[in-house]
Amino acid sequence: MSEPILVGRGLTKAFGPVEVLHAVDVDVRPGEVHALLGENGAGKSTLMKLLSGYHDPTAGEVLFDGAPVRFPDSNAAEAAGIVLIHQELNLVPDLTVEENVVLGREPHRLGLVDRRAARARAREMLDTLRTEVPVTKRVRDLSVSQMQMVEIAKAVSREVRVLCMDEPTDVLTGTETEVLFDLMRRLVADGVAVLYVSHKLDEIKAIADRVTILRDGALVGTFAAADLTTADMARRMVGRDVADMYPPKRPVPADAPVALELDDVSVPGHVEGATLHVRRGEVLGLAGLIGAGRTELFEGVLGLRPMHGRVRKDGRPVRWRHAEDAKFDRVAYLTEDRKGKGLLHEKSLRENVTLQALERFARPFVHDRQERAALEAAIEEFDVRVARHDVAAGTLSGGNQQKLVLAKLMLTEPDVVVLDEPTRGIDVGTKRQIYFYVAELLARNVAVVLISSELPELLGLAHRVVVLKDGTVTGTLEGAALTEETIMAYATGLRRDPPPTPAEVPRVRA
Amino acid sequence: MSAPEAVAPPAPAWRGALRRVPWQQLTPLLALVLLVVVGSLLHPSFLTATNLFNVLTRSAFIGIIAVGATFVIIGGGIDLSVGSMAAFLSGAMILLMNALQGGALSPVGVVLMGVGMVLGSGLVAGAANGLAITRGRIEPFIVTLGTLGIFRSLVTYLADGGTISLDFGLRGVYRPVFYGNLLGIPIPVWAFAVVAVLGAILLHRTRFGRYVRAIGSNQEVARYAAIRVARIRTLTYVIQGLCVAIAVVLYVPRLGSASASTGILWELEAIAAVIIGGTALKGGSGHIWGTVVGAIMLSLIGNVLNLTSVISEYLNGTVQGLIIIGAVFLQRGRQGR
Repeated sequence: MSEPILVGRGLTKAFGPVEVLHAVDVDVRPGEVHALLGENGAGKSTLMKLLSGYHDPTAGEVLFDGAPVRFPDSNAAEAAGIVLIHQELNLVPDLTVEENVVLGREPHRLGLVDRRAARARAREMLDTLRTEVPVTKRVRDLSVSQMQMVEIAKAVSREVRVLCMDEPTDVLTGTETEVLFDLMRRLVADGVAVLYVSHKLDEIKAIADRVTILRDGALVGTFAAADLTTADMARRMVGRDVADMYPPKRPVPADAPVALELDDVSVPGHVEGATLHVRRGEVLGLAGLIGAGRTELFEGVLGLRPMHGRVRKDGRPVRWRHAEDAKFDRVAYLTEDRKGKGLLHEKSLRENVTLQALERFARPFVHDRQERAALEAAIEEFDVRVARHDVAAGTLSGGNQQKLVLAKLMLTEPDVVVLDEPTRGIDVGTKRQIYFYVAELLARNVAVVLISSELPELLGLAHRVVVLKDGTVTGTLEGAALTEETIMAYATGLRRDPPPTPAEVPRVRA
Repeated sequence: MSAPEAVAPPAPAWRGALRRVPWQQLTPLLALVLLVVVGSLLHPSFLTATNLFNVLTRSAFIGIIAVGATFVIIGGGIDLSVGSMAAFLSGAMILLMNALQGGALSPVGVVLMGVGMVLGSGLVAGAANGLAITRGRIEPFIVTLGTLGIFRSLVTYLADGGTISLDFGLRGVYRPVFYGNLLGIPIPVWAFAVVAVLGAILLHRTRFGRYVRAIGSNQEVARYAAIRVARIRTLTYVIQGLCVAIAVVLYVPRLGSASASTGILWELEAIAAVIIGGTALKGGSGHIWGTVVGAIMLSLIGNVLNLTSVISEYLNGTVQGLIIIGAVFLQRGRQGR
């Protein structure tokens, strides 16, 4: 067995007060594909970024070739041969493929860029990848998978010793994935270490030599991939105690009416023919990997993007062309993108909290005192922790911002609430408060759709879980079938139920 | 009621109140006061009612247009077409009134028809800008750059390259709208004040105004908060068109003519007034009263330079330009970046 090239010892990382990675040990050896596996938020990407010098650890150290290193920036890490390919591609859209591949290291002749040499080098790189990417095309005009291949070509055109890839196959087709795996095998044969983050268990099984599994920022263990089945992997990445994080689950009354019904709903480019329903007093979970189309499905239903298909609210056919239409039908959507779509960061708490239900405060002039009273009430009800009430919303912590967005939604008095990743990026205490708030909503006979990538959250709150994979519903789980392993199996495509026949679609009593 | 701890010692309360004054927001007003002080020191006739009303009257056109521009800019847009639009509406109004003159209508009736036509056309022109931007999903800069060219060429075409003049039979009737007084205050100043007050109420006290600021601050957040973003943005351009029309109603009786050079660079002066007034060019926040101060300042600078010989009046644009850049510099400093 060869000496490890890259070792992490007790790696710990905190962003602000939130520790996302707790004392993780890992070693990467030359000539292996080393997979990092874990749920969303388990700390895979963070660990990879620490190892590749993109972030500095809060505690612990990284050893490279046996010696402790701390790279001043990612360029220094790249110069040493550790290259990270980001989830967000790092190309200049208006330059051509060849210009991108040699960017920053253009061959020169007589003080000018030697374009012939540049082109030759770019073509050589892309040839090794056996892709058909035209080197003279602008990157803007490429498909996403082609861009990914260019990114990889750019990485391997350097003296690479450790290649770190963060879910590279998410945007690749099956054939392109095979090409990438071929390339990885050839790199590994040359003694390169490949560190590979993925959700896709079958891919990991196919390509990885060893697997390091993380759960909630802590190390579960490092295993030889050959020793684990995909089911073993799924169990190890999820199984955990969920003690009293969650309120007791109240059964949905047998006669609870269906509140919202989706029938053969498609969102172009994201979701194909989704059929599901949620009853009053019920939490319907919506599971799936990133990019499965969960967010897009409900953005479509709520009038935030184009959709086709039939939607019924309380049994009545509806067609919401604007979020405003859905609001008047008392349906609210909590965005997953709190930062970009949830709050006006420069505006006061008061302006934010009343924004969605402003008509209640304007007759026709906005009533300052009532607005302030509404803010006081929201701060009280949602336990928003602020020193002063006249600060800008952007100054609040993530958890308090989320409470403010929730308060904003609830001022519209919805009876169907779609919560999209309601606990993303917030601390455990606030998470628990949000879970108990969901239980309160159920007691008020509200129907809740919970979109979440955190399986324990789905298991802890949802009465039923609908799983989406690549834009189609692959299964609906409830009762004993509702386990993390089965959700993962449906989300990763290991299992799939036939689509429901029309007879199985519940009808609302007229 | 009479809890002793509720009674704050007077001196700190007074100082606290002083600290609560938004000094940085008041920068434009302080600059205006400074300009008045400088003007009155430089020239004895500066601080006379005649001169000041003269300044206010001249600031009315740009000021009224700038009130509309405040809505557009706070909503995250820009309208470059206002100067050409004013010229086109002036030309069309005069042609219509000349055509109606001598018919069945009395001269007052003719002028009222003209006013009605201009207000209606202003609404339509603004709506056209707004719809092209929101429904057509084209950048406001591009759309209004296009309509700037269109309106300018239309007025040139209507005037056949020359000047369109108002029929002399109508001038006497229409003249008081610019030159008349009410309670000793010129009509254009009244109009400016009324437009500014209505604009301030609309922007600061209504749902619509709040939505405009929300959209300018972050359009996506507004959309996800169930606000009809396209409709509100379109309405800001409609308000802008209406403001241009009101300015035209006041402007036509001043000279009684329109030509290809009418309203040249008004768009820049209007935008400058808005920016000097403390409205962020990227949208999201701003005040009507700031815009009013900005418009008056622009016109005061010209007046002070005219009255005195310290700086040549030909350098009017230079001084205005320096003040605009200075205003933006202060805005940036306020955000602390």
